[in-house]
Amino acid sequence: MRDQDRAGAHGRGTSSVSTAQIATAPRWEQVGLTEDEYRRIVELLGREPNDLELGLYGVMWSEHCSYKSSRVHLKRLPTEGARVLVGPGENAGVLDIGDGLAIAVREESHNHPSAIEPYQGAATGVGGILRDIFTMGARPIALLDSLRFGPLEPGPAPRGTLSPVAADGLDSPGTDEARAARNRYLVGGVVKGISDYGNCVGVPTVGGEIYFEECYNENPLVNVMCVGLIPKDKIVRGRAEGVGNPVFLVGAKTGRDGIHGASLLASQEFTAAAEEMRPAVQVGDPFMEKLLIEACLELMQGDAVAGVNDLGAAGLTSSCSETASRAGNGIEIDVALVPRREEGMTPYEVMLSESQERMLVIARQGREAEVEAVFEKWGLEAARIGRVTGDGRLRVLENDRVVADVPARTLADAAPAYDRPQRRPADLDELWAFDFATVPDVGAAGAMMDCVAPGAAVDCGAALRRVLASPNVASRAWAYRQYDHMVRTSTVLVPGAGDASVLRVRGTRKGVALATDGNGRFCRLDPFAGAAMAVAEAARNVACAGARPIGLTNCLNFASPERPEVMWQFRQVIEGMRAACLALDIPVTGGNVSFYNETMGRGVYPTPVIGMVGLLEDLEKRMTPGFKRAGDAVAVLGPLTADPATLAGSEYLRVVHGHVAGRPAIDLELEARLQRVLLAAIEAGLLASAHDCSEGGLAVTLAECCFAAADGARGAVLDLPAPAGPPGAGGSGGFGAAGGGSDWRCDALLFGEAPSRVVVSLPEEKLPALADLARGHGVPIERVGRVGGDRLVVTVNGRALVDESTADLESVWREALPCLMGARP
Amino acid sequence: MRFGVLVFPGSNCDVDAYHAVRDVLGHDAEYVWHRAADLGRFDCVILPGGFSYGDYLRPGAIARFSPVMRAVGEFAAAGGLVLGICNGFQILCEAGLLPGALRRNDDLTFHCEMVHLRVENDRTPFTRECGAGRVLAIPIAHGDGNYYVDPDTLARMEARGQIVFRYCTPDGRVEPEANPNGSVGNVAGVCNERGNVLGMMPHPERAVEALLGSADGLCLFHSLLAAGAGALT
Repeated sequence: MRDQDRAGAHGRGTSSVSTAQIATAPRWEQVGLTEDEYRRIVELLGREPNDLELGLYGVMWSEHCSYKSSRVHLKRLPTEGARVLVGPGENAGVLDIGDGLAIAVREESHNHPSAIEPYQGAATGVGGILRDIFTMGARPIALLDSLRFGPLEPGPAPRGTLSPVAADGLDSPGTDEARAARNRYLVGGVVKGISDYGNCVGVPTVGGEIYFEECYNENPLVNVMCVGLIPKDKIVRGRAEGVGNPVFLVGAKTGRDGIHGASLLASQEFTAAAEEMRPAVQVGDPFMEKLLIEACLELMQGDAVAGVNDLGAAGLTSSCSETASRAGNGIEIDVALVPRREEGMTPYEVMLSESQERMLVIARQGREAEVEAVFEKWGLEAARIGRVTGDGRLRVLENDRVVADVPARTLADAAPAYDRPQRRPADLDELWAFDFATVPDVGAAGAMMDCVAPGAAVDCGAALRRVLASPNVASRAWAYRQYDHMVRTSTVLVPGAGDASVLRVRGTRKGVALATDGNGRFCRLDPFAGAAMAVAEAARNVACAGARPIGLTNCLNFASPERPEVMWQFRQVIEGMRAACLALDIPVTGGNVSFYNETMGRGVYPTPVIGMVGLLEDLEKRMTPGFKRAGDAVAVLGPLTADPATLAGSEYLRVVHGHVAGRPAIDLELEARLQRVLLAAIEAGLLASAHDCSEGGLAVTLAECCFAAADGARGAVLDLPAPAGPPGAGGSGGFGAAGGGSDWRCDALLFGEAPSRVVVSLPEEKLPALADLARGHGVPIERVGRVGGDRLVVTVNGRALVDESTADLESVWREALPCLMGARP
Repeated sequence: MRFGVLVFPGSNCDVDAYHAVRDVLGHDAEYVWHRAADLGRFDCVILPGGFSYGDYLRPGAIARFSPVMRAVGEFAAAGGLVLGICNGFQILCEAGLLPGALRRNDDLTFHCEMVHLRVENDRTPFTRECGAGRVLAIPIAHGDGNYYVDPDTLARMEARGQIVFRYCTPDGRVEPEANPNGSVGNVAGVCNERGNVLGMMPHPERAVEALLGSADGLCLFHSLLAAGAGALT
């Protein structure tokens, strides 16, 4: 796996360092390397590198480009499967979907630039990920964005978790109005950046996520995923094949933008001076990108091209050294032939520029005219800047003078790999030992029933409205309405219409289902379980749409790897992903690591974001979350539980009680069985609807099934069976098919976020068949009620807890985010 | 019937219009590059959605100068049918082939969503199969769809039946709440005086298959086919 914040990878450059410091700092420090790394370079070269050469190593061996802290761990991820045509190491992973077609997929972070300049940071993130896909010869067909920000409103930090780098004793300070205002600015800028870029290039933005949490206050996360469609036999590699083949640089001219971006921005934590790095953020030109997409795909229809690579982080340096290294060849280029945006650029600046919308094209000898004709048609510049050589070296000339000459492999593949020290965060035991009895349970309004733990009962309807209005649960229409999610007329399930977005594959009966998922809060509380749950939920989302998960990509967003606690979290996340991938039989096709999401000692929660690809063999069998017909039975597939432990890390615990605590858990074998039952039930035509139970628990899931329902089915009457005996007082279990805790709670039943559960509806007469299927796989199933009316009515053991009009609940859910953003609902 | 689908370098709904005409309706369609100078072989020309030349200055402001727009002008003057969708509508306004202008949406954000349109005039070649007063569910996807003409011109256009579609509620009421972008009089689509050039912000080519949420846009294409058949006989 290699990937990069397209931040601008760059030699921790001289620009941010004063002249006096340069004079005194050792050479290696000027490019962000250590003394040991410098000695290794000298050893590899057999001589001291000159300044330009050292600059090339500085960028290519940065954390951002070399994965030096993560490589040893990433090897643990399973990457093989029958459908994997291209795994980690290329520009994108490629999955076989049959009919001679394949899906290219890749996900990348653009966190650091977006923190500084949200509009351009996000826009160029979209541009970069698109290039990774069409570099392979694939037509980009969908974009997804997974976003994390600090809270939109001022408020205290939650009790429980502190900063994930709490070993330093730094508490999260909460969110003041100035910070909340900045967060709103970041959200608005990022969403507009994605919108303007994606809409202009004409690739639909079909899904993603947005979550808000204190830990992202200084460090928002912007992860972008792109999916492309390609005939299996047309896959183009990023390889400099064929000695003597000409090397073209196509697209935009090269300027000084983005120099010192990635290693400066994305390979170290932010300091108070982050604002001053704004010039290191690149500027996107989506029209240029659109031309580049069409020209490259047109060119790749024929066979005039031997290899193609985009220019992302580290610009010409990485694209030349990586294409050469992959093919075992060398590349010689003359920087004087590179079209410039400005005069007087040094070879160092040309080699490190991260100007956007550029591609490296290795043409076949004698076919140069064809390449030039296609780019001419699209009004693009195609400059022949060099050739492929057989000596394995990256040789950079300026006119006749050799200015750098190093083995390409040593830049691309010889960076050191570190197994950094790990230490379990000291506060985990305390978080896990959280006593849920210290927060009151919910009860019915005005009826102080026995559903009361110590303290006053929280009105259950009010709690539901609070959770529905949380920006982590509320409708995301404010954001996705700004994205053209329909262009190319293949989006069958648009954002908000399903647990996953579904696109048709023209010329076949098939559909592709896409989802992203990642719960940083769960990962903070238990990185192994949290990461496994992210993989499981992304897969479950795709399965709820009726698709079989076939592969995943990911972005792993973490604080500084130089902190042992962060490194421990990283390893645990990798192990959790591995366990889930093995249990669910899903290969990893590639991914991206973004470290140093940290500002002045406060870092983000460990946040793996999983991008899942699912395949529907028959598009007609796609499934949606909304109830369909009054009278249908409603059932919970998977464990129905009132165990207080399932409140761990829940949205309810956060927004109603102000705590982030507990220990999330998942049974991966049960998850695998659940998904098998779900897919078999959909295949057999048993279900009318299926909706994954996640943030907000069962109550929110049921409400969402009503919001998305067909006319006449926008209500449900449900009676949830609870264990015998009063809650909170040591009941005796015997809870439905699942068994219950000895210490059950109403809020855990309604708002607990136990994984491996799906709310389904189906005609009453099909229920026995579903129950047989579930029992046959050892998956609990409980009929909980019936679709009908226009209210959501939930009783527990016959006592009413929720009785709300669907329309009222929906307006709370729909208006929350636009209201917080000061927009029209 | 032969359709020409114009392709500016930044067009991105060209493939969708082509798909609608060719794959869904089974008629002839051909892409026409923006440097083309002759449209004589077509019965109808579609200016598709997208961002013609990046539209950084103003949507359609540069496209109006492209070689093919001279040909569109000649084609329209000869009575040919011209349908401008979204960016195509913006270009037709910039080129002076339709009255009015399209400004930024009044909330300054891009809107991609299903909206409802009321057919205000079913006597045009674009709507004769649509039914006056009928409500169509058709998506929009634009940031600059806020239609404006001065009140006098609007009144004249109304009198002549040039207001072809208005944004409305699902039950057909033309209310401010149903207006997604601030367009004067909820106007969603207009035609020229002669009735052979139509511009609309909503995307009928995205609403020709029930699989994608609505097939209400089909009536526009059926109208064009009927009009084309009439012209040919």
